[in-house]
Amino acid sequence: MQSRLNLDPVAVREARELAARAGQPIVEMARTHTTVSVERAVLRLAGLAGADNDGMPLVNHLVDAVRQSAGLEHGVALPAWDAMLAGGYHDLAALAEAAALGKVAFRLPSGEDAAAARTAAQSALRGGIGRIDASRARRQQMIDQTAEPGKPWIYLIVATGDIYEDIPQAQAAAREGADIIAVIRSTGQSLLDYVPEGATREGYAGTYATQENFRLMRAALDETSRELGRYVRLTNYASGLCMPEIAALAGLERLDMMLNDCMYGIIFRDINPRRTFIDQRFARQIHARAGIIINTGEDNYLTTADAVEAAHTVVVSQLLNEFFGKEAGLADEQLGLGHAFEINPAVPDSFLLELAHAQLVRELFPHAPLKYMPPTKHMTGNVFAGYLLDAFFNLCGVMTDQSILLIGMMTEGIHTPFLSDRDLALENVRYVRNAAGRLGESFVPAAGGFIEQRAQQVLGESVGLLRRICDDGLLNAIADGTFGITRRPADGGRGLDGVIERADDYFNPAAEILESGIGR
Amino acid sequence: MTNQIVRPYGDTTGDGRVQVSFTLPVPFGTATERARAEGAALQLAAKMGLDPAMVVHAKGMGQDYTFFVVYGRVSHLVDLSLVTVTEREFPLLSAAEVNLAVRTALGRKLVVVGACIGTDAHTVGIDAILNVKGHAGEKGLEYYRELRVVNLGSQVAVPDLVARSQAERADAVLVSQVVTQRDAHIQGARELAAAFAAAGPPRPLIVVGGPRFDPSMAASLGVDKIFGKGTTPGEVASYLAYALARGSAEDTR
Repeated sequence: MQSRLNLDPVAVREARELAARAGQPIVEMARTHTTVSVERAVLRLAGLAGADNDGMPLVNHLVDAVRQSAGLEHGVALPAWDAMLAGGYHDLAALAEAAALGKVAFRLPSGEDAAAARTAAQSALRGGIGRIDASRARRQQMIDQTAEPGKPWIYLIVATGDIYEDIPQAQAAAREGADIIAVIRSTGQSLLDYVPEGATREGYAGTYATQENFRLMRAALDETSRELGRYVRLTNYASGLCMPEIAALAGLERLDMMLNDCMYGIIFRDINPRRTFIDQRFARQIHARAGIIINTGEDNYLTTADAVEAAHTVVVSQLLNEFFGKEAGLADEQLGLGHAFEINPAVPDSFLLELAHAQLVRELFPHAPLKYMPPTKHMTGNVFAGYLLDAFFNLCGVMTDQSILLIGMMTEGIHTPFLSDRDLALENVRYVRNAAGRLGESFVPAAGGFIEQRAQQVLGESVGLLRRICDDGLLNAIADGTFGITRRPADGGRGLDGVIERADDYFNPAAEILESGIGR
Repeated sequence: MTNQIVRPYGDTTGDGRVQVSFTLPVPFGTATERARAEGAALQLAAKMGLDPAMVVHAKGMGQDYTFFVVYGRVSHLVDLSLVTVTEREFPLLSAAEVNLAVRTALGRKLVVVGACIGTDAHTVGIDAILNVKGHAGEKGLEYYRELRVVNLGSQVAVPDLVARSQAERADAVLVSQVVTQRDAHIQGARELAAAFAAAGPPRPLIVVGGPRFDPSMAASLGVDKIFGKGTTPGEVASYLAYALARGSAEDTR
């Protein structure tokens, strides 16, 4: 693609190389460590589901029991399948229930016992990954039977707390024009070190992400997709302490997109940085296999920091997300890098600045399905001015060829959207798409003009920041408050006690399949 | 002197003209349905005191709903002498104003230690107030440059909270209590106040919050401030800045 911003290809290449250099030590750490959530995800992929009477999942019981008696540095698989074979348990659930009662002594098997456990685990995980492959094939089949919507895809949110209320709202939103439905999670689910179980009807400002809720919503949207003759995608959130497990459930239940950012949990939820990066790598390997598009969370930086001053931190984070994502096996087409229209409308030339930022991101990641987020910070309660601002956001989105538009609500920050708010928002985007949808082909900023200069400036600042991060180390940069405004030391935050250094003979039958591409 | 009786102003004094929009769960398909929908909207407008009223826009949304924009003249009068203003004891400040107030009053960062105490594992409240992510469109206290936030998380024993707040030289302790079986939240707050009283000075400001608290009970529980349902981080930050400027916690008792 010919650059419309006269970006210096040398600077672009340098930015990518620096991101890779900054990210490589983190990848090394992720390759040499595991976490309780990674191990629980292995069990979930092998088909272990269900919870005890208090709602604590069996995967938590089994991983905790193995950790206590055999340790997790070798992975959960060998001790678990060894105990299953030795104890004659007919499945993982029976083993986990016995383990929860303290009735199972786990060991690290050796010799023929180890070989048998290894073979059994590999077979179970081939089955589990096979189910993910089948979900992926089913998605393609559904798209073939209905139709792939044109871009930009329109992304709408539902969040009632009750999955049975969410379903009709989601179906109504799809009928009104949504291509993607996101079910917002209950506040604080990202801080739970377990995944709740079953269909849920109560949540705080959102609905819990559970396997059953995923299944129910996907089934309902399949029905609506057939009705509309257009495939409606489903999104949820993999961020938080259970990132790999939720990724596994999303793959099994055929979600289509997942929020999965390399640093969001660290910065906004105070989750331990090491835990986050280790969890994230395995979660993204699962997403890659499942054909899920990830959405990254750079838009969040602009809700805390100034959108002009911090524009380059967005680009830096996108480059890091790209590096980590590709390392984990994601294709360009799966990298829904995020950014946002959050410049204060009182700033002179604010729309030009937004165009410069959006076009810069488009050109840096030409094949990525970019996710563009509407204004939130400067939605003041003046719903009329907010409606105008949302129209400018939509215009910027179509002019710069953004792939996924989260539809802005004029009542942002006042209440969860009324039916009429959503309808008006869709009317807004339909008008802009209809009136100016092809404006992008004629949008060529003047050589040497304001937009071009601004884009080049942001790229330059990004390279400068990446150099500092490389010198300093990414974990130190995060500890120093480089992103957002929060300092997050590498040994602080939640979840560090769930991080375990791998032994030399660490065994993860799911990762084996995912990393080698067996069966693809 | 200003007029004590006023009416809404459209473009002429006293014309009483207003605009409202709303949705009714009625279809807007056939001609009959449309007429019925507009009639329904006019009936609601009349009951809201709009007379005369005019439906200027009606649009079907899906099969079962219709959105209306209605203009009309309200018959109601507003008596300004009957308007009462309840003022909170502290002003709501922006993040920048809170930061400035803290800098001015302390010349250092204000230290906030937060926790869920006892068996309460519901950190949703304390996290909504403390995490940068925040709540209700407002950033949490971690976002404030002049606040140093130590979030101890859930199920913290009261003696541990007292020890940690002393070690951190806390200016304020924030405790969230969501679990309310057998008045656990009330007992928790009392235990907290007693433990800090026993620990002796300097005593930090003690702030508790939770959906079932009655904000007027602060004094009887021995804490400085209670926040109820729907509290936002900005309110808490503003209160901390206010309480600090008013003097240290000791001066007020």
